Amino acid sequence: MKKYQLGEFEEIVILTVGVLYKDAYGVSIKKEIEERLSRNVSMGALHTALKRLESKGYIKSFDGEITEDRAGRPRKYFQITALGKKAMEYSRSTRDDLWKSIPKVALDVKMVG
Amino acid sequence: MKHYPPKFFLRFFRWYCHPEMVPHIEGDIMELYAERVRKSGKRTADLKFIVDVILLCRPGIIRPVTLERNVNQYAMVKSYFKVGWRNMLRSKGYSAINISGLAIGMAVALLIGLWVFDELMFNRHFKNYDRIVQVMQHQTFNGQIGTQVSNPAVMAEEIRNVYGSDFKHVLQSSWNFSHILTYGEKIFAHEGSYFEPGVIDMLSLNIVQGTKDGLKEMNSIMLSESVAKACFGDEDPINKMLRLDNEVDVKVTAVYEDMPENTNFRDLKIIMPWTLYLSQNPWVQKMRDPWDSNFTQTFAEVNENADIETVSKRIKDVKLNRQAEEDRRYKAVVFLHPMSKWHLYSDFKEGVNTGGQIDNVWLFSITGIFVLLLACINFMNLSTARSEKRSKEVGIRKSIGSVRSQLVIQFFSESILIAFMAFVLAIGLGFLALPAFNSVAGKHMEIPWSSPLFWLIGVGFTLVTGIFAGIYPALFLSSFQPVKVLKGSFKQGRMASLPRQVLVTVQFTISIILIIGTIVVYKQVEYAQGRPMGYTVDGLITTGVNPERHKHFEAIRNELKTQNAIVEMTESGSPITDVWNTNGGFDWEGKDPNLAVDFPNNGVTPEYGKTIGWQIAEGRDFSRDFATDSSAFILNESAVRFIGLKDPIGKVIKWNGDDYTVIGVVKDILVQSPYMPVRPAMWHLTDESENVFIIKLNPNLNAQESMAKVEAVFRRFDTTSPFSATFVDEDFASKFGNEKRIGTLAAFFAVLAVFISCLGLFGLASFVAEQRTKEIGIRKVMGASVQNLWQLLSKDFVILVVISSVVAILFSYFFFTHWLESYDYRTSVSWWIFALAAGGALVITLITVSFQAIKAATNNPIKSLRSE
Repeated sequence: MKKYQLGEFEEIVILTVGVLYKDAYGVSIKKEIEERLSRNVSMGALHTALKRLESKGYIKSFDGEITEDRAGRPRKYFQITALGKKAMEYSRSTRDDLWKSIPKVALDVKMVG
Repeated sequence: MKHYPPKFFLRFFRWYCHPEMVPHIEGDIMELYAERVRKSGKRTADLKFIVDVILLCRPGIIRPVTLERNVNQYAMVKSYFKVGWRNMLRSKGYSAINISGLAIGMAVALLIGLWVFDELMFNRHFKNYDRIVQVMQHQTFNGQIGTQVSNPAVMAEEIRNVYGSDFKHVLQSSWNFSHILTYGEKIFAHEGSYFEPGVIDMLSLNIVQGTKDGLKEMNSIMLSESVAKACFGDEDPINKMLRLDNEVDVKVTAVYEDMPENTNFRDLKIIMPWTLYLSQNPWVQKMRDPWDSNFTQTFAEVNENADIETVSKRIKDVKLNRQAEEDRRYKAVVFLHPMSKWHLYSDFKEGVNTGGQIDNVWLFSITGIFVLLLACINFMNLSTARSEKRSKEVGIRKSIGSVRSQLVIQFFSESILIAFMAFVLAIGLGFLALPAFNSVAGKHMEIPWSSPLFWLIGVGFTLVTGIFAGIYPALFLSSFQPVKVLKGSFKQGRMASLPRQVLVTVQFTISIILIIGTIVVYKQVEYAQGRPMGYTVDGLITTGVNPERHKHFEAIRNELKTQNAIVEMTESGSPITDVWNTNGGFDWEGKDPNLAVDFPNNGVTPEYGKTIGWQIAEGRDFSRDFATDSSAFILNESAVRFIGLKDPIGKVIKWNGDDYTVIGVVKDILVQSPYMPVRPAMWHLTDESENVFIIKLNPNLNAQESMAKVEAVFRRFDTTSPFSATFVDEDFASKFGNEKRIGTLAAFFAVLAVFISCLGLFGLASFVAEQRTKEIGIRKVMGASVQNLWQLLSKDFVILVVISSVVAILFSYFFFTHWLESYDYRTSVSWWIFALAAGGALVITLITVSFQAIKAATNNPIKSLRSE
């Protein structure tokens, strides 16, 4: 049974939210991911992921300032919650476990092959 | 310079996006857009913006269909019912009025529904329902087109020979008559017909015992289960011998399941082969011209793919082609009358089908709907009237967050709750009233407890009634503005009570129309009953003739007269209340040679006139003293008028070439329908064995005493059959059965309609009185008398009833005048009917309203003014 549900893209998003710390809102998250991962992120995918993370309680949001470019719409900043942190740790530890369980031989062969 | 993204897509985004997410997502895409414009120009930015908008259009971002959260509504619905229930208990009086009114309305609808269903299901029992037809003909007599079921006995054979390819069966049959069955010492009388063998297949008879080919042998008989049980009890009936009509021995070949009550063949209890009919009535095959007399029936089943209408047109000349030249002036047109129309569309006028029972089906359906409507109106009126009491509740609910649709649902659930309680009550009422209703309607209906369809329709109907009854309150109450009702400034103006007044007017209009209808129907029946009959009905009885009795006619008559049991008796071709025989072939001086005539021409013994007590207008009665009376006619006044005889006595009328002298004229005798003009009719003397004895009992003895004597004498001279007799006055009364039935039902519905309307009025009046308690209190303090207050409270309702009366009178005048026109002998719609109905409605209204008004007016003002 899964304790914490965190999809691949969701994990990237929540990690990025963590990276940006107090500066995480839609556009900045998108740019950060695109920069770091060299992949295109659509607004649709990003906001869907954000909404899901928020509804799972992994992140919370608050309204921020209004800039000129935003045509009077406030920024919505995101922050990781305690539950979100647990989910991230869980996700990380399962990966570490998996890493640790890989016999060295397997990786060696791979490198040679 | 500031750039803007494509407006259409921005709007599209705003339209599909969940409202909660619009601000920040829009902000994000706008921010991106502005950046892109700076970086790579407007064109690219626009394109990317469009891509963004399209990619954002995905589940999770798109708005849900309804904005409310989709939570489980169970708790809310439960609370609606709870609140509804409590509201009902809090005002027991109104609830009782509501529920009982609705229940009565529904019970009426239930009974009428059962009745209509039964009528529509008539004959549906038969598997070949869609294809069975009766062969009938239109003929022109005395200048009028008449329609009849009786056919020449060779009709079926001729149709089979000429048009056989269109039919699966064409069957000749006799009339359904009572036959005497003798088994050993036991004698029974049962109704049945002679039929050709195809009847078993055509009527899809369910053979319970014996062969499926039971009419092949000439001397055979098929019995229905009920007859087999009556004759043989637990014995096996198959191959038992019975004596039929004391003439021939027949063998029981099969037993079939009785046909249901609501079919035309319900009285077909025994079936004998047509070949036996021909052998018992040898004259049929020895007729000079088999086409000139109609005395049997013809039934048929068309082929599976044949169209009845087309086949009917094809066979129309089947008789005309075979008739003798001089008979063609009757212009016989043969046609097929489909089984689906036998019961509901049985009336013909001038060769055109004019309906029949279907009129009553419509009449009652509409009445039923109206009675139910009245009950629904009660509900609407009482709910809206009391809405002020609940306006605060609506206000609070709305300010807490109820949306209008929730309030609508709430009020609907309340009305449906009440409708269902009424439904349960209605089923109980219907169950209790069904036996009485059955006896009035002459049916054997049952509530189909186990039929899912019934419950489905019942529940569906209740839901519809609940919604219909609740629709006005639900929409009205839910439209209140919370600020107004809570501030207390909410007062329903004059206009608010307008719909209520309209509804009350509708109620009373319907009620008054029903009252007028009842009176008109009763008046018409009474009028027809009071029509001069032309003979003395008291103490007249009718019994059947058989060869044995005919032989001993003189002896029986003398014996009964010496015993002083009877005044007189006669043998006759037809009973007084019906015409069993008509003849054509008359000729007289000055007759238009092309006029085809057909008169009831009754063969009687010379005592006929003395027995029935007809009134001689001119000339004399038949007499045994004149030998020449064997070729004499007595005419009724209509015949004299029709023929156009100036001085009838001594004139000669030719009948089939023989001369008959008119020796007397009698006053018209009412024989057939009491609503139609009396047909021209004639009487002649006969020695042949006729059909009935008509006996005038001694008026000085009581009926039972003399009947006992008559029976004893008949039994002495005739040991072959059981004795049974009917009273002529009962036969005569049965002519009014249909109209009386309509009258009784109309009265029943009218009473209920008035009752339901008054129930509503009672509720409204008490509400108005309650609402104006303070006003009444102040008026009283100022010195108003009880009478003043009574006037004040009653006036509004009286005005409504007066308006209703006017509308109802206008409507009924046209409707019932039209209805009466379907009767030739009819009463008129007189003004006193309207006065009576309107006056009655007014009095009932005043009584209903006054009860509340006086109660309110006599209240001590201290009490009403002190309470706050």
